[in-house]
Amino acid sequence: MSGAVGEALIEVADVEKVFSVRRKAGRLRRVRQEVRAVEGLTFTVPRGEMVGYIGPNGAGKSTTIKMLTGILTPSGGRLRVAGLDPSRERTRLARRIGVVFGQRTTLWWDLPLKDSYELVRRMYRVPDAAYRANRERCVELLDLGPLLDVPVRQLSLGQRMRGDIAAALLHDPEVLYLDEPTIGLDVISKAKVREFLREVNTERGTTVLLTTHDLTDIEQLCRRVMVIDHGRLVYDGRLDGLRAAGEGERTLVVDLERELPPIDGLPGARTVKVAGPRQWLAFPAGQSAAPLVAAVAARYPLVDLSIREPDIEDVIARLYAGGVPGVAAPPAAGR
Amino acid sequence: MLYTAVAAGGFRRYATYRVATAAGVFTNTVFGFIVAYSYIALWNERPHLGGYDQAQALTFAWTGQALLAATAMMAGGGIAELQERIRNGDIAVDLHRPADLQSWWLAADLGRAGFQLIGRGVVPMAVGACFFDLALPGEAWTWGLFLLSAGLAVVVSFALRYLVAVASFWLLDGSGLAVISGLAAMFFSGMVLPLRIFPDGFGQVAQLLPWAALLQVPADVLLGARTGGAVVRGLVFQAGWAVVLLALGRLMQSAATRKVVVHGG
Repeated sequence: MSGAVGEALIEVADVEKVFSVRRKAGRLRRVRQEVRAVEGLTFTVPRGEMVGYIGPNGAGKSTTIKMLTGILTPSGGRLRVAGLDPSRERTRLARRIGVVFGQRTTLWWDLPLKDSYELVRRMYRVPDAAYRANRERCVELLDLGPLLDVPVRQLSLGQRMRGDIAAALLHDPEVLYLDEPTIGLDVISKAKVREFLREVNTERGTTVLLTTHDLTDIEQLCRRVMVIDHGRLVYDGRLDGLRAAGEGERTLVVDLERELPPIDGLPGARTVKVAGPRQWLAFPAGQSAAPLVAAVAARYPLVDLSIREPDIEDVIARLYAGGVPGVAAPPAAGR
Repeated sequence: MLYTAVAAGGFRRYATYRVATAAGVFTNTVFGFIVAYSYIALWNERPHLGGYDQAQALTFAWTGQALLAATAMMAGGGIAELQERIRNGDIAVDLHRPADLQSWWLAADLGRAGFQLIGRGVVPMAVGACFFDLALPGEAWTWGLFLLSAGLAVVVSFALRYLVAVASFWLLDGSGLAVISGLAAMFFSGMVLPLRIFPDGFGQVAQLLPWAALLQVPADVLLGARTGGAVVRGLVFQAGWAVVLLALGRLMQSAATRKVVVHGG
């Protein structure tokens, strides 16, 4: 694998994609209508990073991935993956990337799993030694051993998904695009897939762009997350920053010695619930809990306390609903 | 070689469905009998119709049944799958491969046809030869020429079906076109009746169309209606259409990939 960690592997600058759709308008008349799937999209992904790419259905996630792999041509802007222009050099790029679509399969439906791998080896001209090592590693980490001789059509969804992920990695791609890799999987399969992806990213240094609706995937795998909505990037930064940016609130739960009237008069916090001696205080996620704890402890007979982080799903639901004013994509400083 | 592996995979894919193959053999054999008895009735009334004697006409009938599955005239064969992949967007997966779409599907289709020529061609032909007096060649090289011609028939058939499938990039639902194309193939290949027995003008035009390469030409090579230079002309005719149609498919494919809008997903 060439290139240093930290060098920009994916560069997207001001990219837009406009689809022209013909719509019925009357019995024979058709009206051409422009649909902007993506606009003003700008981000870079350094080599070796694992980035979560999330957004509601129809936000432009798949369009972005298709442009990054070269099967859709952007209507405007500049796009580079590993120094190549994807739509112009699709086949050359294809040798250097891996793609997994959770809802589609690259495997040969009627034939045993290992036949598909054999085909991948020939298609990407993977050297024998590398092929054997990669296959062995994937088989071991993804528990594919007993499945190699089973025709793909007989695999369960979770098994097939693992088989597909392995197929995408046999040629040592520099970038791995995953489109909903855990969709429809049970808890155990999800855990296995996540563990494997983490290993691929940390051990092999493979850059990963992960699209998902399952926020647990993101929470467990990605430090950085990009949120797209209506074709625009509405957030790009660290996952914990998303909570603050989403104006999420953390909750301080305090157990007092006895039942008391709602705590008030503390700066930046408000009491949202009282149940016997237990009280819930909400405060902005961006604010430190320490002064608040100190203030409560100084004025009230405190027995115990705990802090609850804002639920990432709530934060993102608010982002999607546009309920977070002023959260545009922050300048990509420091990246 | 990648495409050899694809062809081998195509062969094995179809080989896994043994019951379907047996059912197909049964159907081809039953239809062989039906067509053969119809031809006997016809040639009794009109001996030497189209220049064939009765044994040649019966050979034509059984050759048609033997090649039906390999040239995938009725259904789309392996190409119906491509059409479906374009319609539902799975084609996106194929476009991510560092491989040429047309070569890939041609290789897969040749593998499929190879299996179906053996799996679904040999038995009906043998049954036909047991129950009827056929005009089969005695020399090995005529059989060789027939196999070559049958191979070219598969390529022309693929090239035609590929055009239909790639049209789905524009049509969204290409099943209507597939039906029309299937009917055209059945009639203009000579599967319904040999093209030589049609009235002069129409028959001659029909023999110049690409579908004639699917059955009329290979059958004539086998049953001895084409010999010497006529065999070469027949093979050149098939190869010519193969080149033209594959080139057309390639043009359509690059137009399609240039404008690709992958549906769904």
